[in-house]
Amino acid sequence: MKYLDEYRDGAIARKLVAEIHRVATRPWTMMEVCGGQTHTIVKQGIDEMLPDGIRMIHGPGCPVCVTPLEQVDKALAIAADPRVIFTSYGDMLRVPGSTTDLLSLKARGADVRIVYSPLDALRIAAAHPDREVVFFAIGFETTAPANAMAAWQARELGLDNFSMLVSHVLVPPAMEAILSSPSNQVQSFLAAGHVCAVMGWTEYEPIAAKYHVPIVVTGFEPLDLLEGILMAVRQLEEGRAVVENQYARAVRREGNRLAQETVFRVFEIGDRTWRGIGEIPSSGYRLKPEFARFDAEQRFLVADISTREHPACIAGEILRGTKTPLDCTAYGVLCSPQRPLGAPMVSSEGTCAAFHAAGRGLGPAVRPLTVIGVPPGTSADAGLQRAASEAIAR
Amino acid sequence: MCLGIPGKVVDVRDEDGLRMGRVDFGGVRKEACLSYVPEVVPGDYVIVHVGFAISHVDEEEALRTLELLSQMGDLVQQELATMGPGMTAPAVVDDPMPLGAAVAGRVDEAVPRHQAAPGASALRPGARA
Repeated sequence: MKYLDEYRDGAIARKLVAEIHRVATRPWTMMEVCGGQTHTIVKQGIDEMLPDGIRMIHGPGCPVCVTPLEQVDKALAIAADPRVIFTSYGDMLRVPGSTTDLLSLKARGADVRIVYSPLDALRIAAAHPDREVVFFAIGFETTAPANAMAAWQARELGLDNFSMLVSHVLVPPAMEAILSSPSNQVQSFLAAGHVCAVMGWTEYEPIAAKYHVPIVVTGFEPLDLLEGILMAVRQLEEGRAVVENQYARAVRREGNRLAQETVFRVFEIGDRTWRGIGEIPSSGYRLKPEFARFDAEQRFLVADISTREHPACIAGEILRGTKTPLDCTAYGVLCSPQRPLGAPMVSSEGTCAAFHAAGRGLGPAVRPLTVIGVPPGTSADAGLQRAASEAIAR
Repeated sequence: MCLGIPGKVVDVRDEDGLRMGRVDFGGVRKEACLSYVPEVVPGDYVIVHVGFAISHVDEEEALRTLELLSQMGDLVQQELATMGPGMTAPAVVDDPMPLGAAVAGRVDEAVPRHQAAPGASALRPGARA
């Protein structure tokens, strides 16, 4: 596929890796923000190709993973209402709430439907005027233009049986929360390319200056990530801390103005709780008062339910980057993609799921002996070819 | 859910005031809302996320990035040719190398690990064999 295959070229990847090794003279710790980037890094073994001192911390940028437990419980309470058709992106269906998950609820008879786009939820609402159609509007800035358009169109089309359970989070406040933490180790960020395709990168310029951290807007293919890492290492080595754009084919400094306009017609900024992290001020979107009638939380009066994570799950520390799945006693034993305890194992973009899919820490049967950090049979080429063939199959 | 995938716009139409169109992803065609990229015409590439095109792919930038990436490899090789002692393994290996040879070619222990790394990076392609 054009714009995918050429960014998976194994020969160029090897050259980029060699250049990173050449440029890096000191240990550096950087964080990739987005779960999609984490997936590529772990699957391709990009982190293992880097010089020993260069450490990648996997960031909190998986919307499914950071959706707080009480929002999942609210979704479950709403979906259990027989009047309701509950619509959601597929990833949310297996996220465990306090007692069950949406998929189990569906198996017990609740009308829960997976949608690819929020506009599909609108079509369902138009086709079933006698039912209440609720859409689980989660996501980062990337998803906000789509979800905002759904609310906007619902008003335009007078779809009064449509509402949204909103759990929208924003990247820059999370980055600031990480940087201002006393235990912060992150010296540089790879910013999420598609978040920036929507929002641009002007919001990141004051962060780079205030905390003196290089921020590189980075794409999602192996070569994008390697180049993003190289650009970040160069800045760190040279003592610079500015925002640079690796993903120039998709991201402009000002972002997508039309998308931003629709987002801010529908949403306003508010405080948000992040699963595993806690409340971060001004870190999410909520519906503006003029769109309150599309707010499922008001329509269904879902009371706050006190929530408790599984005691063995260390999702919070993993989302903050202070621990990896290999530090978790439940990983691969009590917790697997088939039987997840926490959200990072559920979502394909979650760090635990990415580690599990790559066979990390799952014993010699799955993962061959490592020779100087190089697992035989998992060469860059094999990984890159696998990714390309999978993407084509998708 | 958060992935954005590049695809080629096949056609464009109006639906309930929204600019909609079909987008081809390597043979698979899907509906997408094109309201946020009003300038695109059939044949253009867009990045689609949850059924919405969020960005018009800049063909020139895409080519430029690839060119830069390819050229950079040559620069690395030129640079390596001029590098001094401590380099006992080439950083860029184009031919598959048996793992044993790669390990044997590892740099001497006196060199700090981060400098030893170019040799180590060559192990990965070598491990293919």
